[in-house]
Amino acid sequence: MLDTFFNIEIMKAAWPILLAGLGNTLLLSATVVPLGLLGGLILALLARLRSPWVRWPLMAWVDFFRAFPPLVLLIFLYAGLPFIGLELGGFGCVAIAFFLNTGAYYGEILRAGIDSVPTGQSEAARSTGLSATQTMAWVILPQAVRNVLPDLMSNTLEVVKLTALGSVVAMPELLFQARQAQSLTYNPTPIVVAALIYFALLWPLVRLLSRLENRALRAG
Amino acid sequence: MAAPIIEARAIHKHFGALHVLKGVDLQVAERELVFVIGPSGSGKSTLLRCLNRLETPDSGSVVVDGIDLLARATDINRARQRIGMVFQSFNLYPHMTALGNVTLALRKVAGKTAAEAEALGLAALDRVGLRDRAGHTPGQLSGGQAQRVAIARAIALEPRVMLFDEPTSALDPELVGSVLAVMRELRQDGMTMVVVSHEMGFARAAADRVVFMDDGQIVEQGAPAAIFEAPREARTRAFIGQIQRH
Repeated sequence: MLDTFFNIEIMKAAWPILLAGLGNTLLLSATVVPLGLLGGLILALLARLRSPWVRWPLMAWVDFFRAFPPLVLLIFLYAGLPFIGLELGGFGCVAIAFFLNTGAYYGEILRAGIDSVPTGQSEAARSTGLSATQTMAWVILPQAVRNVLPDLMSNTLEVVKLTALGSVVAMPELLFQARQAQSLTYNPTPIVVAALIYFALLWPLVRLLSRLENRALRAG
Repeated sequence: MAAPIIEARAIHKHFGALHVLKGVDLQVAERELVFVIGPSGSGKSTLLRCLNRLETPDSGSVVVDGIDLLARATDINRARQRIGMVFQSFNLYPHMTALGNVTLALRKVAGKTAAEAEALGLAALDRVGLRDRAGHTPGQLSGGQAQRVAIARAIALEPRVMLFDEPTSALDPELVGSVLAVMRELRQDGMTMVVVSHEMGFARAAADRVVFMDDGQIVEQGAPAAIFEAPREARTRAFIGQIQRH
């Protein structure tokens, strides 16, 4: 058992490969989380415009990308777009897929956050001469983010986990590297180590999230 | 009377099918304190909110300090710096300290440096007697203190006119006095004020004029004594009788 799942020799051999994978996972997360947030912010701000010319396409967009499995989206971008001459590479495909997919989720969360801020806040800000943009940036958004912080974090957790999807388009992130090491050594130990690394990476976030949620429950 | 500093003419406002303001005229002279009273739904708050264009009238004109608020060319954000507003529910920014609330517009709108804004902000808090609360967040303030910070936020911009929308209605009775005291001081400093409120005692003592509104129109206006003791219109009499019983 130990030799199969916790083989020390193989751990030593695979460690540099896995570490490189962890680095790429972190790099990927550090790219797709801000991208998703940016996409979400754009969607949430567009949702403020009441015009039906914006509302309906926006709703269709959000629904579409929330219903579209991100793995399918990713494979489509990677395997489908080259047929029209667009070679985006693994990283580019992951970045775009996450921008579209997680952006839709972040967008819904931020929209709910913005809606949760009482209108009196923006009236007070506008009455002092702040423009609509300044009011959004300095008064509404800080409160909106604070009100939906647990949801934003929970989604971020999902996004970091989803970066493992990058392995299907040959992104050398943690899971991909572990699979490589596993097939080289004919031993599942690298996968076990990768799982432990994921856990060590995400568990503090999970704890923090629980505390935030408990606090929100008590405050609410 | 000199040229009025607030001049609203023939204002109409609908909310959907509801005709909230039915051709209201209101002139306010510089340094005048005008009280607007009336039953709920009479349109008094909507009228007040038209005076800084938080509501845009469907027709009519609003000129404040020589600026036509409804003109297309008017920079409404600049105009609003001259028109302070205080709300029933304070609407302080809960994620900022008292000082942060007061300095935000000083920095972002009036273009003051951080140091200038802080000095002006502290001076404004001093005027409402809350300099020592500068570092408190709204959640740490009593209702009366919160409303005074809201007043400081407005006066820090040195407005020409102050609008008060039921400033004491959300306060516990024992906290009302501190807010009225600040308003009385503003009055003594010569601030032009339009106040929607039912604080009759304050109106009697401080108002130059009381305007009674009902059903989207100004029914009657005059000196406080005239309105409260000898109203001409039946509707005014009925309303005054009602609020005096409470």
